[in-house]
Amino acid sequence: MQISKDKFKLVGTQLSEAEKISKPSLSFWKDVFIRFRKNKLALFGLVLLGLLIFMAIFGPYMTPYDYASNDLVNKNQPPSSEHWFGTDDLGRDVFARTWEGARISIFIGVAAALIDLIIGVIWGGIAGYKGGRTDEFMMRFADILYGVPYLLLVILLMVVLGQGLTTMIIAMSITGWINMSRIVRGQVLSLKSQEYVLAAKTLGANTNRIMAKHLIPNSMGPILVTMTLTVPSAIFTEAFLSFLGLGLTPPLASWGTMANDGLPAMRYYPWRLFFPATFICLTIFAFNVVGDGLRDALDPRMRK
Amino acid sequence: MAKYIGKRLLYMIISLWMIVTATFFFMRIAPGNPFASEKKLPPEIEANLNAHFGLDKPWYAQYWEYLVRIVNWDFGPSFKYKSQTVNDLINEGFPVSFLLGMEAIFIAVAIGVLLGIIAALKHNRWPDYTAMIIAVLGISVPSFIMASFLQYFLAIKMGIFPVARWETFMHSVLPALALASTPMAFIARLTRSSMLEVLANDYIKTAKSKGLSSGVITVKHTIRNALLPVVTYMGPLTAGILTGSFVIEKIFGIPGLGAHFVTSINNRDYTVIMGVTVFYSILLLVSILLVDIAYGIIDPRIKLAGGKKGE
Repeated sequence: MQISKDKFKLVGTQLSEAEKISKPSLSFWKDVFIRFRKNKLALFGLVLLGLLIFMAIFGPYMTPYDYASNDLVNKNQPPSSEHWFGTDDLGRDVFARTWEGARISIFIGVAAALIDLIIGVIWGGIAGYKGGRTDEFMMRFADILYGVPYLLLVILLMVVLGQGLTTMIIAMSITGWINMSRIVRGQVLSLKSQEYVLAAKTLGANTNRIMAKHLIPNSMGPILVTMTLTVPSAIFTEAFLSFLGLGLTPPLASWGTMANDGLPAMRYYPWRLFFPATFICLTIFAFNVVGDGLRDALDPRMRK
Repeated sequence: MAKYIGKRLLYMIISLWMIVTATFFFMRIAPGNPFASEKKLPPEIEANLNAHFGLDKPWYAQYWEYLVRIVNWDFGPSFKYKSQTVNDLINEGFPVSFLLGMEAIFIAVAIGVLLGIIAALKHNRWPDYTAMIIAVLGISVPSFIMASFLQYFLAIKMGIFPVARWETFMHSVLPALALASTPMAFIARLTRSSMLEVLANDYIKTAKSKGLSSGVITVKHTIRNALLPVVTYMGPLTAGILTGSFVIEKIFGIPGLGAHFVTSINNRDYTVIMGVTVFYSILLLVSILLVDIAYGIIDPRIKLAGGKKGE
């Protein structure tokens, strides 16, 4: 087959042209976001999460009813145009209570994750960076504490310290930070022998600066994933404790206490259980798929 | 191996000692004394009661006595139910919980592994997506919500299963299913990912080029290797089933140890809370140790002697 010469054209003779980067360079997090966006389920989770948070903020203002005020004339009303999610055994509006509960449940989840983050990063960071004896001692301590069954310890603490929001967060954080500290330690251990750390040391940076400017920011990916997955487990623990009767005290509402109140009445007034239960599941689902999506997006092995 | 087991046993004993000590001191600082919720007692009777339960001695004597009793497997009397000891409660409730737990573990492992295998063999096709949606749902729905939904739809609305109580096999199906749902989902995901990893290995390619049928490859080469990570999950699985049983037994009115534990929490029956916590902790730590040892035996690639776990 003959191809006539005029079909060909000279391109890229100039070296500078060939070296030119045609795509705008991506920062690490932009790259992560592009990969995250391809994961439909994770994206759906993110949207769902956004909606849930939006409703937690604005939901209580959408109805004229207050989450705590009783209305004994209208108790156990099924969902209607008046009470969107019905009312409970004291005539409290379930819609208002659901979103008030969302605030508390999400608050507990995020607070537990933040406390885990702070303790875990400090503990794991020091253990990983110092290494040697310090590391051995700190991690053995974590191992032993890790051996203590989590939920049993939390139950025990709730019995002793008494019920309430603060106690619950403290109880969850006492062993919750261990997972985070292990992950941070692993990251710091593998990063501290990198050349840029040596370079920073040569330039005279002290330990605090190396930690804060180099090691922790570079471990941000796994830390973020762990945090995202801590939130649903804290929300679950809250619901579980409330369900055991160890949760918040009335009139405060969390999804767990609402489900616990609704359970005995399930046969006749199913909506009192249905709404809080569904939102617990949706929130846990959203955080889980977002966490999974983040993990996949951050994992370089997933790169094509 | 012996060195490894010795080291693990030591850690286990330290963990247990921490739990026992923590329970002891927690219960001492817990608000109210054990007899506070009863009617106001005359001081003489209260002094007698305190003497009877050894509460008049100094704390270190009480602590030492408590340690000795636990080593002798004696968890002491219940404060609320005068005629029963904590050992009685455990002996009475644990067999029921054990049966329920075993049924749940069986369901979780059998269905979880099956879903995982199907998903991996039909990777990125509809059976994979279906299995993984089931798995995500299982992880997102807490066991107590699963239990209430199962109870509402299958028992109350459709009447297929009995609503509650613990009599025949049919009574155990719903609680076991509810208890199994979350671990089942984890096992399905674990099996799927480890199957996919094994399927990408060269020896699978070799087996294929030898002309082995896909059935033989799946059963003889893939599943055997892919199930190893599932064995490591048996420890957390036991923990999940155990704690899950608290609420499941409450919802279905099953007279197991979990239900007793919840009742004792609501009654602030401190000796029972202490005893059952310690009992559960022993059970958990021993089963996790057994799983780790079993893993070392099943998978010769794992060297236990180093004493580093799960790295």
